[in-house]
Order: sequence, then structure tokens, then C-alpha cells
Amino acid sequence: MSEEAMRTLLNGQAIPLRDVPELNLASFREAIFEGTRGGARLACLCATSELRLFAVLAEDASKQLRVASTRLARPRYQALTPECPQAHLFEREIAEQFGIIPEGHPWFKPVRYHQPWSDQPSPWGRTEDSLPAVTDFFKVSGEEVHEVAVGPVHAGVIEPGHFRFQCHGETVFHLEIALGFQHRGIERALLGGPHALSLKQAETASGDSSIAHGWAYCRLLEALADVEVPARTDRVRGVALELERMANHVGDLGALSGDVGFLPTASFCGRLRGDWLNFSAEVCGSRLGRGWLRPGGLYQDLDQAMATGLLPRLIQSWADTQNAVELMWGATSVMTRFEVAGRLEPTQAREIGLVGIPARACGLDLDVRKDHPFGPYQTNPIQASLAESGNVHSRAWVRWLELMESQRFLAESLSDLAGSEPDPRSGPLPPLAADSLCVSMTEGWRGEVLHLALTDGRGRFARYKIVDPSFHNWYGLALALRGEQISDFPLCNKSFNLSYCGHDL
Amino acid sequence: MSQSLLSLTIQWVLHLLTLLLLPPLIPGLINKVKAVLAGRSGPPVFQLYYDLAKLARKRAVFSRTTTWVFLAGPIGTVAAGLVAGLMVPFGHTGTPLAFEGDVILFAYLFGLARFLTVLSALDTGSSFEGMGAAREVAFSALAEPALFLGFAALAKASSSLSLSTMLLGAGVGSGRIAGPLILVLVGWAIVFLTENARIPVDDPNTHLELTMIHEVMVLDHSGRPLALVLYGASLKLLVLGALLLDPLLPRAPQAWQNWLGFWVGLGVLAVAVGLVESMTARFRMTKVPQFLIAGILASAFAFLLLLV
Repeated sequence: MSEEAMRTLLNGQAIPLRDVPELNLASFREAIFEGTRGGARLACLCATSELRLFAVLAEDASKQLRVASTRLARPRYQALTPECPQAHLFEREIAEQFGIIPEGHPWFKPVRYHQPWSDQPSPWGRTEDSLPAVTDFFKVSGEEVHEVAVGPVHAGVIEPGHFRFQCHGETVFHLEIALGFQHRGIERALLGGPHALSLKQAETASGDSSIAHGWAYCRLLEALADVEVPARTDRVRGVALELERMANHVGDLGALSGDVGFLPTASFCGRLRGDWLNFSAEVCGSRLGRGWLRPGGLYQDLDQAMATGLLPRLIQSWADTQNAVELMWGATSVMTRFEVAGRLEPTQAREIGLVGIPARACGLDLDVRKDHPFGPYQTNPIQASLAESGNVHSRAWVRWLELMESQRFLAESLSDLAGSEPDPRSGPLPPLAADSLCVSMTEGWRGEVLHLALTDGRGRFARYKIVDPSFHNWYGLALALRGEQISDFPLCNKSFNLSYCGHDL
Repeated sequence: MSQSLLSLTIQWVLHLLTLLLLPPLIPGLINKVKAVLAGRSGPPVFQLYYDLAKLARKRAVFSRTTTWVFLAGPIGTVAAGLVAGLMVPFGHTGTPLAFEGDVILFAYLFGLARFLTVLSALDTGSSFEGMGAAREVAFSALAEPALFLGFAALAKASSSLSLSTMLLGAGVGSGRIAGPLILVLVGWAIVFLTENARIPVDDPNTHLELTMIHEVMVLDHSGRPLALVLYGASLKLLVLGALLLDPLLPRAPQAWQNWLGFWVGLGVLAVAVGLVESMTARFRMTKVPQFLIAGILASAFAFLLLLV
């Protein structure tokens, strides 16, 4: 009965807020449990300052989303996490943002180490913003057990994050990851929007996924403003997203190779990643695809001449990429490293709500482009790229399969674009629908990117929630490390390659 | 008499110059080979000289937890490397320092250097450096038998316990010991890669602390002590490289030919290391002991072959 208690909607569909069922707490909990037991994923769980909780379940098989809400009488409720582990980080986030305490949460710690947005006191009794990672860490004690702390300052040019290992000799018993160093308050900055800067803020939620986040933001606005985007414009956006995927996957495969000390692929892919980034730069002026998309259309269109010019070079870069990556698949010394490290079980992946590459590497058949198709993927379906073993090799292999799929999409799209006139430039968006809710998802190169917006009576953002795939997946990395060699941590970490700022927002 | 004294002096001066000035060129060559094979232009061959010059002008930063022990590592490594370098012949050119039993001193000078490096790593109180120290000690405990069994085989073949005789003496290079010698060199090549922290055992270029063995122990050094660390590492490449090269070098009639042979040999060795590093990935840490045991077995077989 409770499944029906939730309202179904499609990816990128706006509905009036009054259509979102407001359940009592017990049936809200039951609806979520029943949904996740039935194979749905908890794609988003968030709160508002009026103590209202919203849950979005993604039902990948039926290509639907389900939403429900509940209104809390007081800032505490019985935690969902013990029965639904996927909720664990969402509930900590809710506690941190609004001081709502999930009673009985088994791992109740801050997420980003800031003070609640509302007047509620901090659930941890903190009176001011503390430095990130200033907290009690889980400790293993005993003979020959030692603790290794890595970060937040790392030896490479990467983002800050703190990793606490409990080790027995070279074996990792437990890894705890403390983030929050990159917290910029993006969700709060978007309140009252859309502002002039809102698109920029969405794009920089995780800078290497600018298109994925930017597109999710644009679709959200277009749905709330009830604007249809022409098919050709959507095609160009698809090209942007797949170029982003190509550049990042090529970079990751090279970096994975570099982490085991295999130079040829590392060096070649380092150069080739630049080629793929430069394709984006050629079209929109930014290697990261900033300022390419625009709510309602595009800032920079990909016209016929440009598409014609890009296609042969794209095919050349793809040939080079194949050569570089195949060197790695042919190197036994690399394969023996990849195949033994960082295994994650499919049951674990399902329980913690993993998305994107690590999920598909465990054989979980989910990809927003296929399950909740948007834009050009409705007419040009994409196959989800799967592997089975859930280890570093599988995560690398999924990237490789995705490269082939993206390359196919890019080649097809560019030849289509080369033969069609650009759409006329669209005007500014009409005002957004008031008192509405919209969920917009895209499949970034890391995985599912979700943006959720609630508008107020004037059509401004009353709540804006961003869920980067990293938010779901960091815990997967911690699990993948259990029982592993600590010397394999960098390799495992690279095979996930999660975003710190996407998590910290 | 005066003629031979003069030539002896020239030999020694050349030996000292090679020992003091040549080492930084070896990592430069290795890196150049790796860069070229990867399609990059790479840093100049003389990069390490520039780095040393730069570091020599820099002030060192010391953590408050460290004591004088922290400096013992870099200084001890260079000192031990230089003394060991006086005992190992650079091809058929004679050594400034040779006596019966110097092989033991030679081996344990490296032991001393390692001991001091480990102490200075532990002195920082960093968990990374402690981990690196544990790995270094564990792996060199397996590298040492391979080195010594090789010495035993050569001592048996040459009936001497002095390095210059063992490596270049009459028996070496003759038909009878060719088979065992190959095995010894295989064992020593493994020791060479391990002791110098090269791929496939360690990766000297990685920035990933958790995967490092030797490099992580010297992370806290800066300025001049870091210059000593880098110089000491290149010195080790030269001295252990000479150990590998000596039995392979043919004796030439002229001294200058012998010197040239040695220098060219070193270059070939650097290229070979660069090739290995360009073609293979690092072993998983748990596989390194197996690799080292292969080295022990090779040296042990060489010794057994000479006993029968």
C-alpha cells in the first residue's frame, strides 16, 4: 500500500508541491523501506527548515522516480539507517543542516563540520564551525595495530580529505574518511535563486563534472519554466557530456596505470586527456565545458562547420586512445595488480546505494542515461557498461567500455549535427512555476547526478539539493579497503576517483 | 717505478672523480630513457646536478620532534657509500682500498647506511616513515642473503675475500664459472633493483606515500640534507652498479680503454634500468618477497654449482 503512497514522476518533471504526498512518519519510513526492499534506490533524502523531510526513490527497472514527504513535529525522529543503510549519510547531512536528530543512527558524526542553517542547536553540541575532521575516529586497539593518518594535505595536486586507517601491519582493518574541507555552501547560496551566478555555482559543484551538474541544473529550470528544448540543442548537450566523460575516463585510465608504475599508458593518456578536453575548449572556450550550456539552450552552439571539422580529429584521437589503453590491457604486470585489489561485493554495493562506475563494476545494471533517459538518450539509447568482479580491474574495464559507447555516441552525433542547421537562439526563460518540486538527474562520468529544487510562492528556490555521485560512493571506497593492503589504497582510491568538492558542496 | 706510481696516482684520481662526480648522471640517464620511451622530452640528463646545486643553497626545515639522529641518515648514507665506493673496482682499473675480507665491510657499510636511514625515519615520529622503515628492513633482510651467497660463490671461485680479486680475478670470466656467474648476476640484479628502490620493487617517482618503501623514509628531509639523500641514492646506483658490471667487463690492454669500458657499461646499465621501468608495472607489495627469494635462490644455486 505504501508504494502507492508515494507520487511517481519522471526524471526532469516538475510537479506542484501540493501533489507531493505528506505522509505521517511511520508510513513515510515504511514507504522507503518497502521501496528499497523492492530494489529501488534512495536517490535523495533531504530536509527543509520547516522540518519537512523529502525522499526520492529511483526505480530503475520501471524508469520512474517516487517522491514522498513527511512533516516532523519536533527536530528528532527514528533513524532510517538501521533498516536502510543507504540513508546513513543523508541522515547525518540532515542533522548537520537543520539540527534534526535521527535517533538510533549507528554512525552519527558530522559530514561537513558546519553549524545548522536554521536556529536549531547543533546535534553534536558544537557552538561554532569547527575545522573539518576534528572529531573522534573509530579506533582499533591491540598488539601490532597501528593508525595511519593521511591528508588533508596530500603529496599530489589533489583535493583535501582526511583518511584514517586502522592497520595491522600492512593490512587495513578499517578506513574512515573525513571530508568537509571543500565545503563552500553551494546549496545555501542557491536559495532564493535562480540568481545570475546560480549556473556557475551548479557547474562548480564538482568542477570536473561541470556539464553533468550544469545540465541537471538547466533541465531543472526548464521543467519548472515549462520550456521544451529542441532536439538538436539536446544533442549538442549530449556531445558536451560525452566529451566530459571521454576526457575524465582517459585521464583515469592513465592515472591508474601510473599508480602501478606502468609508464607508457600513463604518459600517453596524460596527453590524450588534453586532446579530449581541448575538443570542449574548441566549442565553448573552456576545457571543463564551463559556459557551454544555458537554461533553455546553449551559450555556444556546435554549428555544422565545427561538427564537420571535429569529426575526423575525434576519430584520430580515439584511435590514439585505443592504442594507449590497449598497451595496459596487454601488460600482465598491470593486470595482476588490478585484479587483486579493492573488491566490493554486489550485495554491499546494493545496500549502501552505490551509483555510477563502482556500481556497474559490481554488475549493478544502472545508468541514468538508460534508466531515466533524458535529452538525446531518449532517441539514442546508451547501453550500460557492466563488469562483474567489483575490483580495480572491473572499474577500469567499465571505464573502457564506456569510452567505446561514448565514442560511438559522439561520432553519430557529430555526423548528425554536421547535417543540420543550428536551432534559433532561444530567449530568456519565463518565470519558474511557484510552489513546485522538480527532480533532475543526469549521468555524469562518475555516476548519477541529482538536483532537486523546491520553489516558493514567487517561483524562487526555497530549497535546492545537489547529490553528487561521490556522496553515495565514498563509503564504498572505505568498504573496498577492508582487508586490503594499505599500499594498494592509492590504486583503489584512483579506481573510484571520487570528488571531494562534489561531496562537500 | 716512478712511471707506475704516476699511473697509479692517475688511476686513483680518476677513481675518486668518477665516484664523486659521476653518480648524479645515472638517475638522469634513467629518467631520460623513460621519458623518451613514453614519448616525452623529459628533464635534462644533468637535472640532478642542477637539483643538488639548488638544494645546497636552500635552508633545511626540521620538525620539532627530530633530533640529531635525523641527520645521521643522509650523512651516514653518503659517507658509507663513499667508503664502499673506494673498495669496489670500477672495471679493470684497480681500487684505492683493498684488503682480504673487505667484502664484509663493503656489505655492512650498506647495512650501516640503512640502519641510520631507518633511525632517522623513525626519529620523525611519522606513521608513514615508520611504515616505510618496516618495509625497508623486511625487504633488505631478504636482499642480503642474495648478496652474500653471490659473494660466497665468487669467493669460492677466486679463493679470495677481497672485492677486487673476487670481481675481476683470474677465475672470473673463465668457462668454468660462466654458469654460476650468470646466476650470481641475476641474483644481484634483483638486489640492485631492490636496494636502489627501482621498479618493479619500489617506484622512485611516485608521490603516493602509502605505496613507497625507500622514498617515504626520506620525505621529511629538505635543503642540504635532502641534497645528501639524493646524492647518496645516486652513489648507491654507481657502487652497486659497479658490482654488477665488473664481472662482465673484459680486460683491455690500455688503462684508458678499461675506464671507457666501465663508463660505457654504466650507461648501458642505466638504459637497461630505464627499459625495465618503462615496460613493467610495480609488483604488489606482497609479491616483493617472492621476487627477492628468487634472487636468493639464484645466488644459492651459483654457490652450490661451485661446490660440486
